[in-house]
Amino acid sequence: MDDAIIRLVDVHKHFGRVAALNGINLEIGRGQVVVVIGPSGSGKSTMLRCINHLEKPTEGHVYIEGVDLEARTTNINQTRAEVGMVFQQFNLFPHLTVLDNITLAQRVVRKRDKVERDRVGMELLNRVGIPEKAGAYPGQLSGGQQQRVAIARALAMNPKIMLFDEPTSALDPEMIKEVLDVMQDLAQTGMTMVCVTHEMGFARAAANRIIFMDQGMVVEDTTPNDLYNNPQHERTRLFLSKILH
Amino acid sequence: MSLSKTDSPKSAIRSRLSFSEQMRQFPWWAIIMIVALGISLFGMLGNDNYRAALNFIINPPTSTEMAFGIGIRNGVMMTLVTTLTAYVIALVLGLLLGIMRVSKNPVLFHASTLYVELMRGVPMLVLIIWIGFVVVPFLRQIFGQSFPLTGVQGAILGLGFGYAAYLAEVYRSGIESIPRGQMEAARSLGMGYAQAMRYVILPQAIRRVVPPLANDLVALLKDSALVSVVAVPEILQMARLFVSRNLRAIEGYNAAAFLYLVVTLIFIIVVRLIERRWNTNG
Ligand SMILES: Nc1ncnc2c1ncn2[C@@H]1O[C@H](COP(=O)(O)OP(=O)(O)OP(=O)(O)O)[C@@H](O)[C@H]1O
Ligand SMILES: [Mg+2]
Repeated sequence: MDDAIIRLVDVHKHFGRVAALNGINLEIGRGQVVVVIGPSGSGKSTMLRCINHLEKPTEGHVYIEGVDLEARTTNINQTRAEVGMVFQQFNLFPHLTVLDNITLAQRVVRKRDKVERDRVGMELLNRVGIPEKAGAYPGQLSGGQQQRVAIARALAMNPKIMLFDEPTSALDPEMIKEVLDVMQDLAQTGMTMVCVTHEMGFARAAANRIIFMDQGMVVEDTTPNDLYNNPQHERTRLFLSKILH
Repeated sequence: MSLSKTDSPKSAIRSRLSFSEQMRQFPWWAIIMIVALGISLFGMLGNDNYRAALNFIINPPTSTEMAFGIGIRNGVMMTLVTTLTAYVIALVLGLLLGIMRVSKNPVLFHASTLYVELMRGVPMLVLIIWIGFVVVPFLRQIFGQSFPLTGVQGAILGLGFGYAAYLAEVYRSGIESIPRGQMEAARSLGMGYAQAMRYVILPQAIRRVVPPLANDLVALLKDSALVSVVAVPEILQMARLFVSRNLRAIEGYNAAAFLYLVVTLIFIIVVRLIERRWNTNG
């Protein structure tokens, strides 16, 4: 059995002439909580999207639990169901109620019966603290509530990995904490998490690993404490001085 | 101390609209049209020639029931049947084509694009004549008289096939108006492309295109007059028949215009009601 639940081997991604990823090699172990930071355009989102194959690498391979996403025999839908993703813009389904948002994929992907998927849905709504919103529509919720529903929606598939792409950067400051709290609780359950975020408080409290990316490459890969106290590269130092004021 | 937001009644806000704004929102045009149509009807019913024209269109003598292969004699009913048949075809085929138009599969994409551009590149009138006088007779030659379609039925289907191309573009723009993140969120949960389309994209896209689709129903109703060229016994065709028999062009065509206006007005009112409900329900 492969120790790394996620493995990227020499992953390149080009958008026309733009090279978004320039050879990423990365192994993430089961239960690790990894925070990814880096300047805008450094390829953080692209790397995350390669992990669940929303982007197809131009070159290289991504393995989830040893399964090569590039292989023709791989059922990508089956693999994606094991990898939850939370987006900056929430991307809830506006035509469905909160509970239906959480139960739709359970129904059509996991084929769970109604009793079971409603039970899972309500359990998760309790966990993210808004069971009373089950019948509401996404448009009636605050940004923080929407993002918590989005997390519950992803968790309903019982994923082995959760990806977060700047989950709090579209939120008003007073709502950031409620989302980070949910993420922190999740980290404590042993979930493997890869989070693109510049919330350093979260990184310190929850992450056991932090990756600094620049120009499509992993520049530094260490623990949060080491990164702050002893950054190895000038680029890292410069970036940190900008985000830690 | 907190006041519930629901305390301020909506009706109070509505009644605060200025008088001129209320006058602007009231459908005066419809009232005027209804009154004018009422007066026209009253006038026509008092005139033997107009009565004969209206009667001929709505309830023609049995001898005019020609080999249409459609057991409908009432011209207004024929217009409605033509319109609704063609519309249902256009709604279903258009949806299929619209989905193909956004497909990444090159075969589906190019097949649907070819269809849409071909249909839109030919005037509807030419399309109907071509199907009614060329395609169906040709097929009947090959398959014999047992071929299940007459030229008249073929023309009605042709109207639907032609409109399908226009509705396909309506559906396509509706699908493309749904943000990309919706598809990505659905796929990230493990749904396949078809599942994401069916459960996430189409329900939202179709909601958005209900008003333009309803408008096209009114357009189709008016274009249904085109099938008169292949002698479908609808309002215009019956009026032409009346005129050629009685040499009363003024009465015949006035009666036809009157009947079209009545049916169109009813359709427009229904469409407006649908739109209004749609807008208030979000
Ligand atoms: N779909 C796309 N088409 C073309 N170029 C793209 C696309 N997606 C990303 N890029 C480019 O790839 C590079 C990396 O983008 P990416 O979104 O991964 O950066 P990021 O680190 O997430 O930045 P940000 O902090 O702004 O979100 C950028 O130069 C971007 O313009
Ligand atoms: Mg990004």
